[in-house]
Amino acid sequence: MIRLSNVSSRRGAFALQSIHLEIADGEYFVLLGPTGAGKTQLLEVIAGVQGASSGEIWIDEENVTSLPPEARHIGFMYQDYLLFPQLTVRKNIAFGLHEMPRADANARVEEVARLLKIEPLLDRGIVGLSGGEQQRIALARALAPRPRVLLLDEPLSALDPQIRRELRRELRSLHEELRVTTLHVTHDFEEALALADRLGVIHEGRIVQTGMPDEVFRKPDSAFLARFLGVENLLRGNVARCDPPELHSGGAFEAVFEAGPLKLYVIAEQEGPVYAAIRPEEITVSGEFFPSSARNRLEGTVVSVEKVWPLVRLTVNVGVPLVAVITAQSSESLELAAGVKVCLTIKASAIHIF
Amino acid sequence: MKKPSRLDLIFSLLGACLVLFLLAPLLKMLLGSPAGELHDALTDGEVRSAIALSLTCAFWATLIGTVFGVPLGYLLARRSLPGKHFIEALVDVPVVIPHPVAGIALLLVFGRHYFGGQFFSRFGLTFVGEVPGIVIAMLFVSSSFLINAARDGFRNVDPRLEYVARTLGYGPLGAFFSVAVPLSWRNLLSGAIMMWARAISEFGAILILTYNPKVASVLIYDRFSTYGLKYALPPALALVLLSLSVFALLRGISLQRGQGRAA
Repeated sequence: MIRLSNVSSRRGAFALQSIHLEIADGEYFVLLGPTGAGKTQLLEVIAGVQGASSGEIWIDEENVTSLPPEARHIGFMYQDYLLFPQLTVRKNIAFGLHEMPRADANARVEEVARLLKIEPLLDRGIVGLSGGEQQRIALARALAPRPRVLLLDEPLSALDPQIRRELRRELRSLHEELRVTTLHVTHDFEEALALADRLGVIHEGRIVQTGMPDEVFRKPDSAFLARFLGVENLLRGNVARCDPPELHSGGAFEAVFEAGPLKLYVIAEQEGPVYAAIRPEEITVSGEFFPSSARNRLEGTVVSVEKVWPLVRLTVNVGVPLVAVITAQSSESLELAAGVKVCLTIKASAIHIF
Repeated sequence: MKKPSRLDLIFSLLGACLVLFLLAPLLKMLLGSPAGELHDALTDGEVRSAIALSLTCAFWATLIGTVFGVPLGYLLARRSLPGKHFIEALVDVPVVIPHPVAGIALLLVFGRHYFGGQFFSRFGLTFVGEVPGIVIAMLFVSSSFLINAARDGFRNVDPRLEYVARTLGYGPLGAFFSVAVPLSWRNLLSGAIMMWARAISEFGAILILTYNPKVASVLIYDRFSTYGLKYALPPALALVLLSLSVFALLRGISLQRGQGRAA
């Protein structure tokens, strides 16, 4: 458990201001914020490598505010991993096990390396390893001493997109297995949705909102948040494989996404509870259905019409509210107004599943 | 290969003049003396003990410089100290003042009747006319090489590496020895070599504090002023050869390992 109450910290012109945050045992909490919002500084204050000018930091019912970093038992991973370049992979992972008897330390290194699938790298040097390999090693090094909490500073953002998705899934499954209380900061909302049990948003040194991911995304409580998040249609639901399964390249498959009364055909890479995001401009609005390749056809009633010249922002109730954006001209020719029945068409590939 | 530009040609020519200027006297000394003279010098007991004294005093000065200078370099690299710019400037001052002046200044603190001299005499240490005088003269004029090298070395180590070590259970001192030192050892070693070499070459300050026993540079001056060039040359040759070979050896070690790591 991590609890921050009224924590402030100043570094140069930048300050964290009265941060309140509580992360439950075993929770995976993602703090989302743009570059320069104070994410790294907050992690450093929790780890104890930067001081807090006021407030209290609690970890597992212990007030650690005045403890040095080495007494806090925290796993910390920086964005650029910061492996020790003079040491082998094995010695990097064993770095935090210096107080253990050597045999135990060796066994622990092997165990963590197996967990992160980096056993073949153990006796190599750091120079020349790929970003993904370095990320796993840094994670192994942080996890080896069995920290009480894990702090991850943009752990995926230095990787290329393919590896990023893969490691994102692994971070999640690693968390399912180990259940270490985790605070992960990022500027990438896809990452936040894919990983977070709960979510917070940080802006200019303040935490502006916390909650379940869909709450935060659907009801951003400030103009900044709405702009920063930029997702208007976010649905929480369940994804299940179509029968018979039809495989696409790269492990993706056709599936059905269900969120309450709504059922959508989607392309997914995983089953189970997920988030689906649809950009408003990906939704086609028409008076009646027309022949098309799009697999999702929904009937609904217009709830509101908002003119944002030269566009019109339309909220349509199809069981859940969906936002669509069309041109003013189309809106006029369809004679759209609140209460009018319309048809929505969405391509399965336009629905993003996290 | 690319054809050299006019700039390359002009700059090479200018640079070559200076390199030749540096090289010619040394070469003339090394190649111009009959081999017998070097042999005479190396078998001359007075020359041998003077060279040994230079080497050991320089070693002690470097050791003291390391114990006190490396921590200072670390603080200068990592912390915002009050008067930091003043300290950094002060460290460089001994390089710019004439060394006999440095010797006189030291005399005013470590002379028998002055504060430092009286303080250390309680521990049986006297400086003027004694070996410790040689060591402090060397320390005074050469420690800036080590302090600056250490500071630059530590500055090149990302402080966040030490933060990571702290989160992995090391205290500040543990992080210093397990991260900062191993990652800047090349700077520390080359700083120590430079300091040691500079200490051996010291003459002016030593002359003021301790004329006898004679270190090599003082002995060479003594022979030159008393007997002339012919007698000064053999010990000079011996000192140059010895210190150059040790210098080259240590430089070689630090460069080689450095390249091994970068590859």
